Amino acid sequence: MSEYRTPLSKVKGLGASGDATHHFWLQRITALALVPLTLWFVFSLAALPEASYAEVVAWVQSPFNLVMLVSTIIVSFHHGQMGLQVIMEDYIANYNIRLVSILLLKIVSFFMATLGVISVLKIAMGA
Amino acid sequence: MAWNDDRPMSPHLQVYKLPLTAKLSIFHRGTGAVLFLGLIMMVWVFAVAASGEQSWQGMHDFLNSIIGKIFLMGFSFSLFYHLANGIRHLIWDTGRGMSLKEANTSGKILIGAVAIATLISWIMIIF
Repeated sequence: MSEYRTPLSKVKGLGASGDATHHFWLQRITALALVPLTLWFVFSLAALPEASYAEVVAWVQSPFNLVMLVSTIIVSFHHGQMGLQVIMEDYIANYNIRLVSILLLKIVSFFMATLGVISVLKIAMGA
Repeated sequence: MAWNDDRPMSPHLQVYKLPLTAKLSIFHRGTGAVLFLGLIMMVWVFAVAASGEQSWQGMHDFLNSIIGKIFLMGFSFSLFYHLANGIRHLIWDTGRGMSLKEANTSGKILIGAVAIATLISWIMIIF
């Protein structure tokens, strides 16, 4: 037998990993989105340390800021999770330890992103 | 390899002089990892802010303390570096600027831009 790939696998074009360039593409999309989001975040944050609690709450409650904040949290965690995953894939040689590490990473990322979004929503609704 | 046997390995990182592009590349990975930790800290800040004005006071004092400022300075440098080098990467993804000369030139521009942005933000953090 000279061909080891099934016709279905060839047509799907997903390669040995099962998801082809999906990770690569998502990393680029999130990166692109993060350019304006991060710039907005940095400029917004610059004013925050001097602000009183009431001012911070009012700032979060503005609809535009709220949407930007939630978007930044979600996209940042997705981008960061994918980046750290690649680092783990590069440097952890043992298959089992690598697998568990990546799973833990995904769990922590998901939990932290959720915590971030819920906290921001809680502030916006009047904590 | 190193984790399975005692066979000697020829030194590489200890002897080879890394080119500028290589140093910038590993810095991109390093700042990315640092930013992920910074993201988790940001979520913690939001969670504290969502718990009411009293708990925010403690966080506010921490952010304005010397250790808090050191954290913010490390975070802001990592952010500017990763953002700027990330844009450099996105430009490469379009196929542009990948010759050795262009990569070195963009690398030097990168260092200049990041230095300025970091300096401004550090002045704002300290004072």
